[in-house]
Amino acid sequence: MKPVLQAVLNRADVWSGDSLAQPEDGIASGFPELDAALPGGGWPRGALSELILERQGIGELRLVLPALAGLSRANRQVIFVAPPHIPYAPALVQHGIALSHFLWIRVSDPNDKLWVAEQTLRSGSCGAVLCWLPTLTERIARRLQSAAEAGKTWGVQFTAADRAADASPAPLRMRLNAADRNLQVHVIKRRGGGWVAPVSLNVALNVDYVDHVVDVHKFSQSSAASVLPRERHIAAARGDERYYATVDTRV
Amino acid sequence: MPGMRVSAAQALCAALQLKARDEKAEAAVLSGIAAWAGQFTPTVSIGVQAVLLEIGGCFRLFGGLENLLRKIRSGLAELGYEFVIANAATPVAASILARARKPLTVIEADALSAALSPLPLALLDCSPDAISDLAQAGISSIGAYLALPRAAVARRYSQGLLDELDRALGLLPDPQPLFTAPSRFDTGLELLAPVEDTGALLFALRRLVFELVGWLRARNAGVTRLRLALKHHDVQTTEVTLNLITPSRDADHLLALWSERLARVLLPQRVEAIALTADEVPALAPRNFSLFPEAPDGVTLLDRLRARLGDEALCRLHLHADHRPELAWRATDAKNSSTNSPANQRPLWLLDEPRRLDERQALDLVAGPERIEGGWWDGRDVARDYFIASDLHGSRFWIFMDLTNGAWFVHGICG
Repeated sequence: MKPVLQAVLNRADVWSGDSLAQPEDGIASGFPELDAALPGGGWPRGALSELILERQGIGELRLVLPALAGLSRANRQVIFVAPPHIPYAPALVQHGIALSHFLWIRVSDPNDKLWVAEQTLRSGSCGAVLCWLPTLTERIARRLQSAAEAGKTWGVQFTAADRAADASPAPLRMRLNAADRNLQVHVIKRRGGGWVAPVSLNVALNVDYVDHVVDVHKFSQSSAASVLPRERHIAAARGDERYYATVDTRV
Repeated sequence: MPGMRVSAAQALCAALQLKARDEKAEAAVLSGIAAWAGQFTPTVSIGVQAVLLEIGGCFRLFGGLENLLRKIRSGLAELGYEFVIANAATPVAASILARARKPLTVIEADALSAALSPLPLALLDCSPDAISDLAQAGISSIGAYLALPRAAVARRYSQGLLDELDRALGLLPDPQPLFTAPSRFDTGLELLAPVEDTGALLFALRRLVFELVGWLRARNAGVTRLRLALKHHDVQTTEVTLNLITPSRDADHLLALWSERLARVLLPQRVEAIALTADEVPALAPRNFSLFPEAPDGVTLLDRLRARLGDEALCRLHLHADHRPELAWRATDAKNSSTNSPANQRPLWLLDEPRRLDERQALDLVAGPERIEGGWWDGRDVARDYFIASDLHGSRFWIFMDLTNGAWFVHGICG
């Protein structure tokens, strides 16, 4: 093969469709079913992963936390760039994160966000950089991908489903949906190609499920007396279009 | 040409611009260079328009004379000065050679008098009267003067000139007063022309940063807190501070940080002078030199982020011993920090403020209740029952009912 062609094929943002050959060792995700679907057996180091989700709170962070916890405990920096809410320290500790290696960067200016993402990915001193950029245009994705590659750092971008592009230079893209108590992960692009069946992961909260429902309105008036059977409640809630109007659960 | 009158000079060159000599500024430059040069040798003194370094005892440390001279030359060039370095067995001889703009190295005594002989007497540091007396007698070079009978010269002309030459040739002892670097780095620079953009400021700042680095090297220290004063014509001085995570004395790193930091500064007016002060200069552990580069990558990165985004943008989280969820974490290291996380599951996202749930909204309660009460001691009393709840789409929330009024709030998202 010509050296020029070889150089092109060696780039992390160019993938050849014929094989999953010699992938770099991935970062174990903590979910064996997912690792089996990822080239390298885990989250890709030195590349950008784009996670596309309809709404928050479905387990999108619980999906990446086992890997992040491992990195932080191996003294690698885990960086949150402009997350949508306050990363809650007690919960991070419960999930095994070493807070000494966790950094929350609060920036609001869109250019600053990009700058931080690129700098942290490129520096090579971070284990993972998680970004919540409002949009991931092709140009931005290409830059972040090349920075992640240069710094050998795992970059993660959370994209809202309604803003997700059809195609992206990110070598790994997946769509996340809630499915009952599990998180359904649909790998839509991976290095080496090939279709992967959606993987259903148990990212359950570490709680005892009480499996009862409550009508908030009635509950507040007469306390526990108004706990309702589950079926009845869901039927009632479906008729209510103002459901969850005050909380924007989109990314 | 030295000694020429102003009128004569202006007659020769009509476009001549005269600048008054600012002796105070000259002295400041010399002591700045002397403080910087402390990194090469502990024996530094300030001569007449020259800084004298005793390098006989230390050049081997730098891998030979040529290497040392190369280091000094490149350092002075970085500081932005024009200079002549001469190297001789005595301080006076080195000064004369430098003033004659002869960048020579003359060590042996014989070679010394041979090298000095052709040079004009005017280069010696003594009264102009003595020089002009000798000039009238037709003696203008050092060699011609040395050829005169000593006793007669001493009787007829000033003894001072003779002593100075004896010191130059090493015949008289010539102890130099030691320069002691100031214990605090606080150095200013008048800008040649007022500057209005931060890019040009950075250029001026280069010299101060390089001087600082020399000063830090001489003290075996790094800097963690720097203050830059930008002086304007008639409005209040703009002060910009720079905080570093670990001590550094890497000029490139410091300049990169200043570049980010200055980009965020709005100048109310043009800047006429700048002054750099090092507020915190902790000693550097010796191992920092041999085993590691001056700053590990991660620290360099964090410093750079902080310089551009401000100190508040970078948050290290800490647990705080408090039952109230909104007070159970801190963005800075607090006194009352804790290592215990709560027994019950907490949401990964916390909302800035609890958000009121619409009365008609209904959620599927997944777990709970967990009663959290407390805070009467500081007036932020809470009495809440917390639940984990799920909406139709499968999103999980951390909600509570305020036990005082029965109102429902969302406090977190499970993420």
